[in-house]
Amino acid sequence: MAANAFIAFQKNEESRCIVEAIVEDNPEAIVSDQPAMVKVDVPGRLTIKRSTVEEKMGRAFDLQELQLHLITISGHLDETDDEFTLTWNA
Amino acid sequence: MQIDLKTITITPLRQTFGHLARRMGADKPASRYMEATMDLQPVENFHFRPTWEPQFEIFDASRTQIVMKDWYALKDPRQYYYGAWTLARGRMQEKAEGDFDLVDELGLAATYPEEGRDLALSVFLPLRHVAWASNINKGYVSAYGYGIAISQAACYASMDQLGVAQYVTRLAMAFNEIDALAIAKEAWLQGPAWQELRHFAEDLMVEKDWFALLVAQDFVIEGLLYPLIYENFNEALNRKYGPVFSMLTRFQREWYAETAKWMDSVLKVAAAESPENKALLAGWIKSSRERAIKALAPIARLAFGDAADSMLDDAIDQLNTRAAKAGITV
Repeated sequence: MAANAFIAFQKNEESRCIVEAIVEDNPEAIVSDQPAMVKVDVPGRLTIKRSTVEEKMGRAFDLQELQLHLITISGHLDETDDEFTLTWNA
Repeated sequence: MQIDLKTITITPLRQTFGHLARRMGADKPASRYMEATMDLQPVENFHFRPTWEPQFEIFDASRTQIVMKDWYALKDPRQYYYGAWTLARGRMQEKAEGDFDLVDELGLAATYPEEGRDLALSVFLPLRHVAWASNINKGYVSAYGYGIAISQAACYASMDQLGVAQYVTRLAMAFNEIDALAIAKEAWLQGPAWQELRHFAEDLMVEKDWFALLVAQDFVIEGLLYPLIYENFNEALNRKYGPVFSMLTRFQREWYAETAKWMDSVLKVAAAESPENKALLAGWIKSSRERAIKALAPIARLAFGDAADSMLDDAIDQLNTRAAKAGITV
């Protein structure tokens, strides 16, 4: 079984939308709320889609904006204009 | 001495308000938009009926023929509550002001070819009266619409149109043509090219069904006018004379691109609710489209001369595509 790819954000209004988008696009996502931080684990592969985040936020979103709220990530990163993906090779 | 630092997690008893938790089906944090929108309007225990229309309650869903099980389904995809809306408009205004400053600083208005300036001002300036009519009409939608979801978005759109009217006025001032405003008003009141549109806009001021009014004003009139004038006419001016008018009407273009998303989503949700709604919307779009085309034809001729028909057809195609995307066949 592949390890969890994960990402952690500071808790705020924007990262809440990002986490909602992750949960929608990654059905296996496990969200753990911690004080001032929220961590999302997904087995093997975690994808953040720009279009979903935009829908949740109601505005245009540049995926690089998520760096503002980012605490840490785990997994190999593949980043395009439309998707931010973390994976572990199975 | 040793001090141990410990963290204690305090889980709040509730993540959000009860009415929002019931709506979302789970107790999870709600967005500011949801908090500032959902179920805010009173729905029961009204003590007095409006003296001017005693057949209705103060807030009455039957003021339109459209029927929705849940009026809060007509959400704004831009998620504008007052704070978010003012911030967004503040940013747009800053950019627009920058363009006005630049045009002033470089003296671009003074060097603009006279022929192009006269044509452009004769088309743009009377539009401040159209924007004012739109302000009034959307104000009506906001006042009589049912549910905060639609009435707050309509209120913002109404105020936006006041801003559009002011930016059109500023156009004349940027070109140092104060008299042009009086001439434009005369054209709006008397000029043969504008009478159909004025007639239509004024008829809408006495339309009682607020949803029909919203469709006619926001979807149809603005859905044809903005692509036709603020996009295509600007492009024509850019090609022939230079991009000054495009710069000075930036607010209008950005506003349209953004507000169209809201209107499309409202239509889509209302049409998906029931076949009756869909038929009503299709009927309204068809009848007001017919009138709007008739009203805009002379203005297109004023703006484009021989190319008027193809430019108007292009705008009509865009409108039909938007309707089709909302699931409405027109």
